[in-house]
Amino acid sequence: MDKKEIEILELLEKNGRMDVHMIARMVELSVEEVEAAIRKFEEMQIVHGYSTLIDWTEVRGYEGVTAMIDVKVTPVRGKGFDDVAERIYRFPEVKAVYLMSGAYDLSVSVEGKTMSQVARFVSEKLSTLDTVISTTTHFILKKYKHDGIIFGEDDNNDRRMPVSP
Amino acid sequence: MSLDTSRFIAEHVDALKPSGIRRFFDLASTMDNVISLGVGEPDFVTPWNVIEASYHSLEQGYTAYTANAGLMELRELISDYLKTTYSVSYRPADQVIVTVGASQAIDIALRAILNPGDEVIIVEPCFVAYASAVSLAGGVPVSVGTKAENGFKLQPEELESAVTPKTKAIILCNPNNPTGTMLNREELLPIAELIEAHDLLVLSDEIYAELSYEADYVSFSSLPNMQDRTILISGFSKSFAMTGWRLGYAAGPAELIQAMTKIHQYTIMCAPTMAQYGAVEALRSGAASVEHMRKSYRQRRNFVTSAFEEMGLMTNRPGGAFYIFPSIKETGMSSEAFAEALLIEEKVAVVPGSVFGESGEGYIRCSYATSMKQLTEAMKRIKRFVEKQQA
Repeated sequence: MDKKEIEILELLEKNGRMDVHMIARMVELSVEEVEAAIRKFEEMQIVHGYSTLIDWTEVRGYEGVTAMIDVKVTPVRGKGFDDVAERIYRFPEVKAVYLMSGAYDLSVSVEGKTMSQVARFVSEKLSTLDTVISTTTHFILKKYKHDGIIFGEDDNNDRRMPVSP
Repeated sequence: MSLDTSRFIAEHVDALKPSGIRRFFDLASTMDNVISLGVGEPDFVTPWNVIEASYHSLEQGYTAYTANAGLMELRELISDYLKTTYSVSYRPADQVIVTVGASQAIDIALRAILNPGDEVIIVEPCFVAYASAVSLAGGVPVSVGTKAENGFKLQPEELESAVTPKTKAIILCNPNNPTGTMLNREELLPIAELIEAHDLLVLSDEIYAELSYEADYVSFSSLPNMQDRTILISGFSKSFAMTGWRLGYAAGPAELIQAMTKIHQYTIMCAPTMAQYGAVEALRSGAASVEHMRKSYRQRRNFVTSAFEEMGLMTNRPGGAFYIFPSIKETGMSSEAFAEALLIEEKVAVVPGSVFGESGEGYIRCSYATSMKQLTEAMKRIKRFVEKQQA
């Protein structure tokens, strides 16, 4: 991967909707070259998709809760943690699964409409997996920063004077 | 009868012209929803670790004066930084002084070296304060213009023709505000030879050095025989997005720095302590932030350069800083008329080139230190405006 390709990825990571013409100008490549690079990233599964970062707390009429669950498991001989991780990440309620170092093994992010819905998922689906030893559920009360974006920060908060030396 | 206070104003102050930027600022300030490309400062907020270090210094009670020349810790870090980045060696104890912005460093450097009537060569178009700073220090500013066809690069023969027996120093700004022009080693060497041949001093304003995009940046001080003839001036405003902190420095021959320190100690005492602690952190661990900002400015530079080329406004590709200086001669308007009409009709603020000296006439300074969203909209509006003028 050359420097310009990495630069394209960085720009897309910040804004997946950035226009190819603009990217081409910013990294000094032709539009065709940028398009070809993006196609390549998609084929190589370096780019897995284009998502939108939404602050759902600002959306009236939407209800939802997110929990981060610390899960201790018994690794399976020959398969390590991968098997149990897969059994967990296949559930649609599960948004993210990470293998962790430290006090527990897997960090599982679960989204649901209500706290009781998430609680039911944990007690009925997650805890009952035979390799799961214990779970500790933490509900997210407020999101301050997510994926590098500070929620609630005003994009047009330029405090500079209109003209300066 | 009211007192005529104007008669108390010193003649040399009365003679100073108000900055053209000031007039334009007043005009732009009266309008709403203006997209400003007139801003000569980063759009980034100071890196958080720097802000946090400054808080911490206050919490620890570091609220007293520092040494006149600045915290020794900071001077040592500045010295290390200059050595590792630009291969120039300065003793922290007597060859480095921490100032209130690079502007104060320029002021005390000029006051330290000039006798009444001494001439200082200024390379135009240039930062608005140079000529006035020379006048305030009792000197006489002598302008040498640069031309777009030479990429706004100073031509040694033009410099030489401006030298007189009264010439004492030259102020060089590399990369340049307002053109973004950057001189490389080959272009600086003949200038250095002239400096030596005519026994001159150089005030090398290197405030934009970190924001250079192409070849490796060369500090004037690192050229053969130039360290003894150079007062290197820089600061934290542009590279670390710390304009409001007012923190700069100068490094140079010990006798000159000591002379500057004398003026500094009787007028300013020392630079603000909390800002100095912030700067310590900036030099210790700010490199990644600088790199991030430089990358972003370079992308924007590429974008605005191609946008101006597409509009048919001739422009020199800036090698550094965050300004672009396109020609508006095609429109037949003066730079002031162009900037004013653009502001009123399309609500885009740019700075008329004429405020940076005579050779800036026919050009406008656009700062691209603003978001891509703003830049995209600004370019659209300028294009519309230019097409209207040409119709």
